[in-house]
Amino acid sequence: MYQYDEIDQRIVDERVAQFRDQTRRFLAGELSEDDFRPLRLQNGLYIQRHAPMLRVAIPYGVLASYQLRKLAYIARTYDRGVGHFSTRQNIQFNWPALESVPEILAELATVQMHAIQTSGNCVRNTTTDHFAGVAADELIDPRIYCELIRQWSTFHPEFAFLPRKFKIAVNGALEDRAATWVHDIGLHAVRDDQGEVGFRVIVGGGLGRTPMVGVVVREFLPLAHLLTYLDAILRVYNRYGRRDNKHKARIKILVKAMTPERFQREVEAEWLSLKDGPATVVPEELARIAARMTRPAYATLPDAVPERLQQALEHDKAFRRWHERNVHAHQVAGYASVVLSLKATGSVPGDASADQMDAVAELADRYGFGEIRVSHEQNLILPDVRQADLHDLYRELKALGFATPNIGLLTNIISCPGGDFCSLANARSIPVAQAIQQRFDDLDRLYEIGPLDLNISGCMNACGHHHVGHIGILGVDKHGAEFYQITIGGNQAPARLGRVIGPSLGQEDIPDAIERLIEVYLEARLHEEERFVDVVERLGIEPFKAGVYASQEREVLYA
Amino acid sequence: MLELIRDRAIVRDTYHLRTDTLDGILPEEDVIVSPALLAAERARLDQHQGKLGVWLETSEGPEIIAADLARLDLVVVHFSSFTDGRGHSTARLLRERYGFRGELRAAGDVFKETLHYLSRCGFNAFALRPGESLTHALGGLDVFSEAYQTSVERQSPLFRRRLQNVASEENPL
Repeated sequence: MYQYDEIDQRIVDERVAQFRDQTRRFLAGELSEDDFRPLRLQNGLYIQRHAPMLRVAIPYGVLASYQLRKLAYIARTYDRGVGHFSTRQNIQFNWPALESVPEILAELATVQMHAIQTSGNCVRNTTTDHFAGVAADELIDPRIYCELIRQWSTFHPEFAFLPRKFKIAVNGALEDRAATWVHDIGLHAVRDDQGEVGFRVIVGGGLGRTPMVGVVVREFLPLAHLLTYLDAILRVYNRYGRRDNKHKARIKILVKAMTPERFQREVEAEWLSLKDGPATVVPEELARIAARMTRPAYATLPDAVPERLQQALEHDKAFRRWHERNVHAHQVAGYASVVLSLKATGSVPGDASADQMDAVAELADRYGFGEIRVSHEQNLILPDVRQADLHDLYRELKALGFATPNIGLLTNIISCPGGDFCSLANARSIPVAQAIQQRFDDLDRLYEIGPLDLNISGCMNACGHHHVGHIGILGVDKHGAEFYQITIGGNQAPARLGRVIGPSLGQEDIPDAIERLIEVYLEARLHEEERFVDVVERLGIEPFKAGVYASQEREVLYA
Repeated sequence: MLELIRDRAIVRDTYHLRTDTLDGILPEEDVIVSPALLAAERARLDQHQGKLGVWLETSEGPEIIAADLARLDLVVVHFSSFTDGRGHSTARLLRERYGFRGELRAAGDVFKETLHYLSRCGFNAFALRPGESLTHALGGLDVFSEAYQTSVERQSPLFRRRLQNVASEENPL
């Protein structure tokens, strides 16, 4: 993580004092509900179905073990002992009392954390690859640029009241693990002909009500110009984005209305006045951030697979599976990154109890260098584990319920909190996720099915990223009843949006429908390497549609 | 006459707002006009002895008054709601692109919580919405002692100033 200096700390402390004052005045009736709402939202505080919901920022998904312990403490003290890791690599608490939120923020500030701009119509928490800084396929360490953007976006005076929320993602590796094509701005590290690294700038992607894949506004932006270019994009958006209809206020709508070509011209014209100005990034600042980023003191280990690991892989089949699914290559010899699945059967995707958080913090200290990552797939990651220790770690994770070997498989479901908690939701997500997990609980079967992303959102705001799931499930409201629409063929990278297969179904029909989709797939695939999403790409949605709805009719007929 | 905050002091507002017509105006009166009236009455306003200001609605950008800025003493930017941030860009453009040095006043839905950002975008005057205490609102200018970005108040972003501090610590004169 980036370690604050005295100034970073002071800014966060002053924010706590400001919010304490605002909350006091709101409770005393001196600040109206209308005034307080935008102010509390910019501190991550929603008023939800049961109670306020507080969303705490985990900048680019990087946590120190002592920070995770603080989150556990907050869950225990101010909530009901649970936190929910979100698809924006943040954590949400569903039961804090409004009066205690200033106290919670003060607690967070003691470990260099905050809830700044985790909601509201402003620049939100920047997200990145959950293997940032350790991935083997990395061009640059995206955390440096995420931190640069975090500081640039924190209390940016011009862009605090945008037409709508604004999300930026940075990817520094060859594989796009940050969903850069479906963000308001996606920054993807690329190398030009001279070997220099810069960013491909993608604008106007997004999910939600009007899902769109972004467009490239600049193929290569030298790193030094990152902030002036962001200023230019945001200024064009702030001035010309629609404000009359919140459903048409995201930057994607502006880019489309203007046409990408004109939008690009406007941005470039604006940039000409800002380029080479004082916000131009200097290499010393990148070096300063890098120096404040905690770096593990890696041991020099041999490149070969350690004997202990080799043995375990040969003798322990379950471990071999887990190693195949949940362990990721590291850039330092002898190390690996381990994904802790928060998606055991019957669990709530993304939820972790206070005790579980403490246990993970302890493992991070013992097996790693005290660091944890949060993935946008709502899992936790220990980024720096010695390969020789993997089997021991596996056994401990198994005891804690974090060793489900399902990363990349059907039951690694991304899901929003849905109608059980969220006041925006049309339908519940969690029971649907759980029912699917129950149905596909058999590991052999899960492995036979192979790689499959299944994402669930409880409403069209798409917090569960259903459009880019190979199978997407969207909760819809039909005359006051909960129904679910299924899409197939979506993909995160390269980004493709799923297509609706037909009329929405009731909650109890969903596991059967998924079962039918899988049957059609298994019958149609040419070989084991052809994934579900590949078959949808090859055959289109028709055979899947026929599979799901024909059987529906049959059941109705014989019922 | 109304009071407002200007350059961190509470002062009386000497301007009169004129949107439709200049009829009945006194030669030495300080007057705020709409961009339309400014365009229509250019010759007459050239002869005007009092101070001259223009009123921009939330949706109006600085481009429409760019040619007149040299003869303006005041630009008022109206905020129909404090959550409509277009005026923040208007202010920065007026200061940083068009070099406007006169009074830049935020009016409309303006109160203590909004002053910090507005001031950093270049506003030096604030006409608060009805019922707000000016003395109380002044505190809104000092909520934060530091800021990361480049702004009208402080051109140099924090990362450049941090480097200067490091340099001066290393070589104390």
